[in-house]
Amino acid sequence: MSVVTLQVDGRDVAVPARATLLQAIRAAGLSVPTLCHLDGLDPVGACRLCLVEVEGSQRLLPACATEAIEGQRIRTDSSQLQNFRRMAVELFFAEGNHVCAFCVANGNCELQDVAVAVGMDHSRFPYQYPQRSVDASHPRFSLDHNRCILCTRCVRVCDQIEGAHVWDVAERGSHCRIVAGLDQPWGEVDACTSCGKCIDVCPTGALFTKEDATAEKHPHPERAGQLRRAREQHQWTP
Amino acid sequence: MATVWLAGCSGCHMSFLDLDEFLFELADLAEIVYSPVASDTKIYPDQVDVCLVEGAVANVDNLELALTLRQRTALVISFGDCAISANVPGLRNLFSAPGRDSAQTVLERGYLELADATGQLPHAPGIVPELLPRVLPLHEVIPVDLYLPGCPPSAERIRAAIEPLLHGEKPCLSGEAMLRFG
Repeated sequence: MSVVTLQVDGRDVAVPARATLLQAIRAAGLSVPTLCHLDGLDPVGACRLCLVEVEGSQRLLPACATEAIEGQRIRTDSSQLQNFRRMAVELFFAEGNHVCAFCVANGNCELQDVAVAVGMDHSRFPYQYPQRSVDASHPRFSLDHNRCILCTRCVRVCDQIEGAHVWDVAERGSHCRIVAGLDQPWGEVDACTSCGKCIDVCPTGALFTKEDATAEKHPHPERAGQLRRAREQHQWTP
Repeated sequence: MATVWLAGCSGCHMSFLDLDEFLFELADLAEIVYSPVASDTKIYPDQVDVCLVEGAVANVDNLELALTLRQRTALVISFGDCAISANVPGLRNLFSAPGRDSAQTVLERGYLELADATGQLPHAPGIVPELLPRVLPLHEVIPVDLYLPGCPPSAERIRAAIEPLLHGEKPCLSGEAMLRFG
């Protein structure tokens, strides 16, 4: 197996060829905040929280979706990056209708986690209060679009792990939203196997089991990685 | 020191009372000059060092008190999620449409559409404060010096924020223990 060596925040690190910058950052014993990334799912670089500076590049690159290159030098925690990350998290809060007080995911929410990680104590951007809906047509689960951050984990887990491809992304800009089937009520989509993987990987309270009330959602985002390892490496490590 | 209750459920103040025996230490080191739970003063006094402000700014009384306390206070703290993000009181902002602000919408819904034949909009100038068109977080109305999130912030978090202030130091509001919303 060929190896790539690079520098992360001045630390030398070696990773297998075709590894991502995020894997290199972790191999160096460091971390960057992530939200759309989930071990076991193909990266999309949607949330922009893992942006890093790469020496010689004018652009910031998403660590989760960028391949590590021999001799590269990257920075993960400059004041510019810290500023952009906090701004990105503030925009997530301002863009949707995130009211922690009565959310099923309160206390178990990755959006709350990254807010702490980037030091967000308030949003500089006025909240938008967009008009969004709730789809409760499925017998066991609900989708509250108010809490969706469009990370597309549900889309990817359903396609790549479950193989049902119930979810997709429709429209653009502030109208962008997750749709079930051919933009149908979730409960009418025959392809859904009711496996619950989308509930487990959703980082917020957007997808949840109907019996969960405030702060009662206990997701299992690690399941995607476990299933992927079981399938590809024949190892089951729950 | 002062504490103020704007548009909120008073849960932050209940959490403040959960400081329990630390309240005695606090009373030794600071004079509570204005507070819904620790003072009978009706007019916000001058030269206040620190003010904890619970709640969003939802009506003209909230707005007037916010502007007054900013003028008369050295250090203003947004106390809890409602002051920081408008939180639950801010949900009425969802009911605004072009040409109709959320105050009109909720008043008409509550007092006309859901009322019997005798329903009427409340109108009592100088007695019932008028709702603002939009519920605002405190920092959109006045400059805020510190933010103490939580719904409510725990007594431990409140203590960790105000104890350094009593000794003339600025608290360190970072990390899971001090920052988490909800």
